[in-house]
Formats: sequence, C-alpha cells, structure tokens
Amino acid sequence: MSSPLSRDEVAKVAKLARLRITDAELEQFTEQLGQILEHANDMTSLNLAEVEPTGHPFGLINVMREDEVRPSLDRDAVLSQAPDAFEGRFGVPRIMGEAP
Amino acid sequence: MTLPNGWEMVVGLEVHSELKTATKMFCGCANSFGSEPNTNVCPVCLGLPGSLPVLNQMAVELAMAIGVALHCTIAPSTFHRKNYFYPDMPKDFQISQYDLPINSRGYLDLPDGTQVSVERAHLEEDTGKSTHLGGSGRIHGADHSLVDYNRSGVPLVEIVSGPDIRSSAQARAYASELRGILIATGASDGRMEEGSMRIDANVSVRKAGAPFGTRCEIKNLNSLRSLQRAIDYEALRQTEVLDEGGTIRQETRHWDENRGETSTMRTKEEAEDYRYFREPDLVELDPDQAWQDRVRAALPPMPAARRARLEGLVSDLSDAQRDAIGTVVELDLDHFVIAASEAKADVSVALARSANEIAAGIEHVDKLSVENFVTTVAMEQKGELSATQAKKVLGVLLESGGDPGAIAKSLGFEQLGEGALGELVATCIEENPSEWARYREGDEKLSQFFIGLIMKLTKGQANGKAVIAELQRRK
Repeated sequence: MSSPLSRDEVAKVAKLARLRITDAELEQFTEQLGQILEHANDMTSLNLAEVEPTGHPFGLINVMREDEVRPSLDRDAVLSQAPDAFEGRFGVPRIMGEAP
Repeated sequence: MTLPNGWEMVVGLEVHSELKTATKMFCGCANSFGSEPNTNVCPVCLGLPGSLPVLNQMAVELAMAIGVALHCTIAPSTFHRKNYFYPDMPKDFQISQYDLPINSRGYLDLPDGTQVSVERAHLEEDTGKSTHLGGSGRIHGADHSLVDYNRSGVPLVEIVSGPDIRSSAQARAYASELRGILIATGASDGRMEEGSMRIDANVSVRKAGAPFGTRCEIKNLNSLRSLQRAIDYEALRQTEVLDEGGTIRQETRHWDENRGETSTMRTKEEAEDYRYFREPDLVELDPDQAWQDRVRAALPPMPAARRARLEGLVSDLSDAQRDAIGTVVELDLDHFVIAASEAKADVSVALARSANEIAAGIEHVDKLSVENFVTTVAMEQKGELSATQAKKVLGVLLESGGDPGAIAKSLGFEQLGEGALGELVATCIEENPSEWARYREGDEKLSQFFIGLIMKLTKGQANGKAVIAELQRRK
C-alpha cells in the first residue's frame, strides 16, 4: 500500500515544528501519519453534500467577556519559572532573524 | 517624486493598529503602554499549557467601528492559529483571522479626492517585545535577548489596503487619513512613536498599464515621514535595478531612517508556511445586525465630515485655511472654531489662532476654555488686542489659564482699548497736520505713516486695522 504521505513531507512538517527526528522515526511517523490520513480519507467515500460544515460541536457563536481588568500574575513568581531572567525580562538566546 | 523612464510605482499598505481596550484580546490583563516589564501577564498571554483564550467584546466592537468607518462589510468570521517560532510569541502561534476576516471590502476617501480600497481589516493579537542586547560590559552580553510580554495579546486590527496607491505622497495621505479615522472612532490613539500604529509598505514598480511587478515589503516605518521617504527610495531602487537589466526578488526590506535606505531583511523565496488552522478554543464570531447598528449609530463624525463642516464656516476658503482646518481636525480642536462661529466671532481669526497658537501649545490645551478662547478672538476682532497681543494672551492662557481681560491688562495691553488708541491717533494727527491733510484729501498711503507712528509709540502693540478705523472715523 502506498502511503498518502511522503517521507519528505513528514520531514518538512517536523522541521516546521522544530522537531529533530531520526531516520527510523521518520519511517515510523510517515507510516503512522499516513494511517491517520487514510482514516480521514474514509470520509470522502460518504455522501456529505447535505451536511453543513461544523466549526464547533454545539454551534456556539460570540463567546465573549467584558473588557474588565483582572489581576495579573506576580512577576517574581513568573520569572522564577524561567530558565533565565534579567531586569524583569525573560532572557532568551540571541535572536538572529527578524520576527515574521 | 516622479519616477524616471516611464516607471510607475504601485503601493499597498498594511496598517497595524493596537486597540484602546482596557484589557488584552483574550485575557483580563491590562492593556497599557509603559508598565514595568512583565507585570501585565497571565497564563493566557504567556502561552502556558492549559490556558484558554476568551474574546474581549470591546475589541470586537472597536474593530467593527473601524470597519463601519471604512465602509467595510461586517461578516461572520473565525480565528486561526498562525504557527511560527519566535521568542516574543510564547504560544508559538499567533491568533489571527485568516480566510474569514470580520471586515472586508471597504474603501477610504482621501482629501485630494482619490479613493483607496481596503481589502480587509481583521482582528489579531500583538506579540511581546524583545530587546536585543548589544555591546559588552553587561551581565548579559550580545548573545542574549530580553523579552517583555506586556504587549503579548494586546488586541490589534490589521488594515490591508488594495494595491491602489501610486505615489509616496498618496501613501502618506492614506496613512494620515486612516490615523485620523482610527483616533476619531476611539479605536486607537494613533501614536506611531509608541508603536500603537505600525505600517508596512508593499512596493513594486511597472511601466504604465503593464501587469504588477514583483513587490518588496518594507518594515520599520515609524513615522509618516519615514513612510514617504522609504517608498520613494524603494521605488527608485527598483527602477534602477530593472533599468540595468536586473530583476527584483520578492523580499522583506528594513528601512534605516538615519541612512535613508532600505536593505534586505530576508528573502521570501518560498512562501512562509505558517500552517494556518482554525483556533479550536475560539468559536465563530457573528455580530448580529442589532449590534452592528448600535456601533454604526454610536460612531462620531469622521475627519472628512468634520473638515467639511469647518470649511462651510469660512467664506472664500484659501489653501492655507484648508490646511489650517486639516490641522484643527487632526488635533481635535474643532469645538474652538465652532464656538467662535456660534458666538459670531471672526471664524478666520479663530481658525488661524487654533491651527497656530493652540496647536503650538497643544499639550496644555486642557487649560484653555472655549469661552476664554472666544473672548480673546472677539477682543482681537474688536481691535482691543492686536494680532500679536492676542497670540500672547492665548499663550498665557495655555500656559497657566486665567481671564483674557486680566491677562491683557497684566501684559500692559490695556491702553490699546478703543479710547486709548483714539487719544494716541488724535495726538499724532495734531503733531502732523500736513500728512493728515494729504490723507484726508485721499492719499491712502499715508495711513501707513500714521500706523508707523502709532506702532513706534506703542512698541508694536497697536492693531493696524484699529488704527485705520480710527483714522477713517476722524476723516
């Protein structure tokens, strides 16, 4: 059975997700993800012409909150969880490129 | 600027405007500029696992107000995740609107009569702010960046124009008019220097009538002046590359204000793959007609309507007065001119004093009451104050408030009341009988002689028009 997904595609997805995977894992995930896609493809065998697209299982819309300030977290508590902090800010490895 | 060799520039602008809400887009942290770093943060805007976003109703309402002001269609919309990795975005995705934006297909009329289409104006969240440490001598050297997440999750509307703009001046006019609209709707404070309004420009060139060329996106445009300079630089750069037989690469370029040039930031050889997908934690947004109608009804007059109202108050409008009206509306000083008009004071004088003197002291405008302004304009109109004196009185009113009459008195302008001026004029006539006779016989030039004398006597404080009125009265 030919996989609906190529190794290159899985490698690309892994790269986009910043996942480092071995060749063996690449093989394994290509097969596993392929099976999931196969399953999704089963849907196409059904006639769904009369079925409305569903964005949410209960059809909820406009779930919103009032624009009221609520307490934020304590900064020291927040920064104590960070690997590195300096002058009230999170320290991160130097960013070479610009943000998209 | 005109491009050489028959080239035409094609420009589209993407304007990001932070919304003036009390809280962030998806959490109750305060949306405030200038707080201590990382004091307005919570699990949602820090992207901690298990946290869930809840949409801010006010952000939606302000986005709708912008949509209405830009003549957009408000439609059911959804939120997507735009996935990429950057330290100022702790969730590793930005929640934005993708194929179904809240506002689409609008337009903006510019003061010069041209129109620029607005493709969409959608909601999204802002990112945090990173500071790149450079140099040495600090605990953290150049190998670190520091991140403040106070801005993370602040609501934004991104307004995307069509590629309709054909000159840098038109781009500037569009950005300026849009800024006025954002401020008028109450959606934004429009402060480019604080980053609450940010502009990216897509620039390409083509020969007239030809298909669009390859475009470059320019970032880091922090003022309207930068916007205009950067577009001119970039369009000219592209024509030079093309005229020499080169090709334009689609890329993002950075504007360097000091050097006055753009340079490559990154090349977009393949489209970025953001793996957009529906944000599963947010439901569809579908503002009903009643809500849309309420937003529409609550919308205050937009700058174009306000300018038209003021223009209607001035007869024989000059170009300078048109500019003055633009300034008055931009600085939200309309009520001064309108009050002067309602009090039957001279609108031209009120307009000039608003666009110049009040504008110059705009940071103290709260100290100047409309009544005091109208009184000062009326005093100038009646000749109780010269133009120079009226400007000084306004200056004091803006600086420290007070009563215009009392201020005029304390500045020694009092003797120029009608009676005192009349006495001075009478004295001058008495001392210069032959000039007076020639003036009476119709030599109008001699009015300047008498004005000169009076100015000398009053150290330049007299009102020329009032002097002429006195001379005429005694003829």
